[in-house]
Amino acid sequence: MFYRENGQFKSSYRADLALFPIAQDRWAMLALMAICFVAVPMLVSDYAFRAVLIPFLILSLAAIGLNILVGYCGQISLGTGAFMAVGAYAAYNLQVRIDGMPLVLSILGGGVAAMALGVVFGIPSLRIRGLYLAVATLAAQFFIDWFTNRVKWVTNDSPSGSVGVRSLEMLGYEFSTPVQKYLLCLCFVVVFGMLAKNLVRGAIGREWMAMRDMDVAAAVIGIRPVYAKLTAFAVSSFIVGVAGALWGFVHLGAWEPAAFGIEKSFQLLFMIIIGGLGSIAGCFFGAAFIVLLPLLLNYVPHWLGLPISTATASHLEHMIFGALIVFFLIVEPHGLARLWSTARQKLRLWPFPH
Amino acid sequence: MGFFLETLFGGLMVGMLYALVALGFVLIFKASGVFNFAQGAMVLFAALAMARFSEWFPQWFHFESKLLANVLGFVAAALCMVAVAWAVERFALRRLVNQEGITLLMATLGIANVLDGGGQLIFGSATYKIDIGMPKDPMLVLENVFEGGLLLNKEDLYAAVAAAALVALLTLFFQKTRTGRALRAVADDHQAAQSIGIPLGRIWVIVWSVGGLVALVAGIIWGSKLGVQYSISLVALKAFPVVILGGLTSVPGAILGGLIIGVGEKLSEIYLGPYVGGGIENWFAYVLALAVLLIRPQGLFGDKIIDRV
Amino acid sequence: MSDRKTGDVILDIQNISLSFGGVKALTDISFDVREHEVRAIIGPNGAGKSSMLNCINGVYQPQQGSITFRGQVFKHMNSRQVAQMGVARTFQNLALFKGMSALDNIMTGRNLQMKSGLLAQAFRNPFGWGSAEREELKQREFVERIIDFLEIQAFRKTPVGQLPYGLQKRVDLGRALAMEPQVLLLDEPMAGMNVEEKQDMSRFILDVNDEFGTTIVLIEHDMGVVMDISDRVVVLDYGKKIGDGTPDEVRNNEDVIRAYLGVEH
Repeated sequence: MFYRENGQFKSSYRADLALFPIAQDRWAMLALMAICFVAVPMLVSDYAFRAVLIPFLILSLAAIGLNILVGYCGQISLGTGAFMAVGAYAAYNLQVRIDGMPLVLSILGGGVAAMALGVVFGIPSLRIRGLYLAVATLAAQFFIDWFTNRVKWVTNDSPSGSVGVRSLEMLGYEFSTPVQKYLLCLCFVVVFGMLAKNLVRGAIGREWMAMRDMDVAAAVIGIRPVYAKLTAFAVSSFIVGVAGALWGFVHLGAWEPAAFGIEKSFQLLFMIIIGGLGSIAGCFFGAAFIVLLPLLLNYVPHWLGLPISTATASHLEHMIFGALIVFFLIVEPHGLARLWSTARQKLRLWPFPH
Repeated sequence: MGFFLETLFGGLMVGMLYALVALGFVLIFKASGVFNFAQGAMVLFAALAMARFSEWFPQWFHFESKLLANVLGFVAAALCMVAVAWAVERFALRRLVNQEGITLLMATLGIANVLDGGGQLIFGSATYKIDIGMPKDPMLVLENVFEGGLLLNKEDLYAAVAAAALVALLTLFFQKTRTGRALRAVADDHQAAQSIGIPLGRIWVIVWSVGGLVALVAGIIWGSKLGVQYSISLVALKAFPVVILGGLTSVPGAILGGLIIGVGEKLSEIYLGPYVGGGIENWFAYVLALAVLLIRPQGLFGDKIIDRV
Repeated sequence: MSDRKTGDVILDIQNISLSFGGVKALTDISFDVREHEVRAIIGPNGAGKSSMLNCINGVYQPQQGSITFRGQVFKHMNSRQVAQMGVARTFQNLALFKGMSALDNIMTGRNLQMKSGLLAQAFRNPFGWGSAEREELKQREFVERIIDFLEIQAFRKTPVGQLPYGLQKRVDLGRALAMEPQVLLLDEPMAGMNVEEKQDMSRFILDVNDEFGTTIVLIEHDMGVVMDISDRVVVLDYGKKIGDGTPDEVRNNEDVIRAYLGVEH
């Protein structure tokens, strides 16, 4: 009833190609932006920013990067943690070694470093496919793990092996309170989200999906597999690198190589599977899920009066994740995003059943 | 020269252990077409079951005999693995018939998580011992050929023999028996196999049980050597490059791949390690697999992939 | 039969031999295709017809022989090069991109014409400015004309995986047409269709040949269709050429009859 497209006839291709063709969607998006930028900072507690919103935003960004590679281009990658690490360490080195380096440039520089590495590790994808590629990306993961641990130059010869960023400031403005950090991350996410959305709905997005769906036919049409795959790796790693830099700088503050280990890679993969492969919105759903579930598992037994130890909670978390992955793959392989869009389809017809 | 040979043997032994894990992997792939990311978790689960049951049975039933505890523990753990196989087939595989490889792989990732969490929930998350009476003392061989002799680990030798026996058995099974043939059919095409009357569900339970039992043997040997702890499931991640090297469908390939990786790791760690600060073992296996894949995208013994359009 | 005058030889296949391991798919095949004509390749199953098309497209590399396109001789065809030279094809098993809508599938056919760089595409902001948006619009118009031609307007936004087989075949044809080809290779475009659908498809093929002068190379099993719409026919059997000529010549060829109907004992 409310979500009808009645009267919204597109009289030009331009209108049809708009990012949000349905008027209600446009209003919803504007409202969402208003809530995120204005209402949330006013209403939400510091703890919620630190524990929920900031990790949610940064992980969504990383998920967008990974989804471009895995969901849109079909190249499975288990080395995402490594690319985040490269982004974080590169940004750190830029920030620490160059005086007066603006914060945003350091972060973007981290993205560029990750992108360079992504292209290098993307080259095997030209020969190797599917499951074999997954194992090859593990090589990236473990090599970078070792590299950031052993090569002293990376950590600026830090004796403990861990590095940290004391303050985040740019052009004299310091991002010290959680609200400010949240807004910084939000800006990154909104900008990159839009860039990503533009890419995936454009020509390169179709090339990526063509490679995913049937690469032999894609070649016959004139799509260059090399270009498509390497751009997917490049764009994906750039975004993941930026997310890694943000994760280290804004969320963790101080970190060591273990923060970007293989568990992170698996976590991100789960995020995009549950959220929905091949969907930008899905990245947000998946990230929200992954961030909220541990909190739920910690609080619900507390509210119900059943005490469970943190160890048990963590095991349960593992099991529930695993079970949900299998569940989603069986019931809705396209994840929460598909569930959401099915719900919206039903909403368009509501109150009629069909 | 003696030192080199010792390192070589050490590498071969480690390689055998990797091969044991990879074996379960290859089995499951060969017979159900599923790339089982949960193999490491299965090894851990099996090892945990064995360790705890052989600890609990004496307590519950009040007896002292170590041998009986171990035997009962083994049986209980084996039953657990069969139960896991049944559950995996019933709740996951049955509903994912004929899905793409990537979907199945991700499903096994999920199963790995369930086994990790579940295993630690049921059996506990500390480090446990498995003691099946394997001699832990080293032995000296070839004392007359090399000065001082070569130091070999008896435990590793026993592991190698066990692995070799398993391989021989499994190769025979696949090549010579009717069930083995049926399993190979299933691996090729689920729907086709189903349509000629092969009972897919039952086959899968059998396959995953066998995979689970192989995981149990691997778990016992690893656990006896290293102690049963969470890190085993990560060490088992190394089985993937082993399988890549050996080709996903080849049982002898898994062994050969394991040996190559084991030797390669040890040698590079000892001889190249000092130049780069050590720790090469962590990534050598993967980088080697990557290098091999670049030259032969199907691994050393795998089947060539031909695209039909 | 087309009224358009057939031109010079545009595609010349010379002594192509192709084998996979021990299996010889094609043995010493030679024939030519004239511009603007409709050339059919027929033969029993397994004769190597699809393999022949795959060689032209660069999907398979023949061990021997060469292919001459517009005077240029090639020993090995590179898929992208072939596409750029104006050769498009449809596939026997419908190699459509199942994850995309019909419109997007056909838009991928315009890929060679799309010149916008990555950054331009990324910064195509939601209000629709910039060169990437303009290019997208231009190509969309072109593709919509193809959609009109193939009468699939109602299904343009549907994911192709959900379309019935006959419509999927049309999308496949649309994607090939989007490449503005000079030569169109059709691999069993009427497989699995009923009489009406075959009539529609034949009409499309003939329209394309008439209006745009596209040379058509057509693999087809339906003899009625082949005899009706083709100018010349090549017959393959077990990887060898056993007939070449106009439909009437081929229809009366002893070897062809033997291959299709068997020999009297």
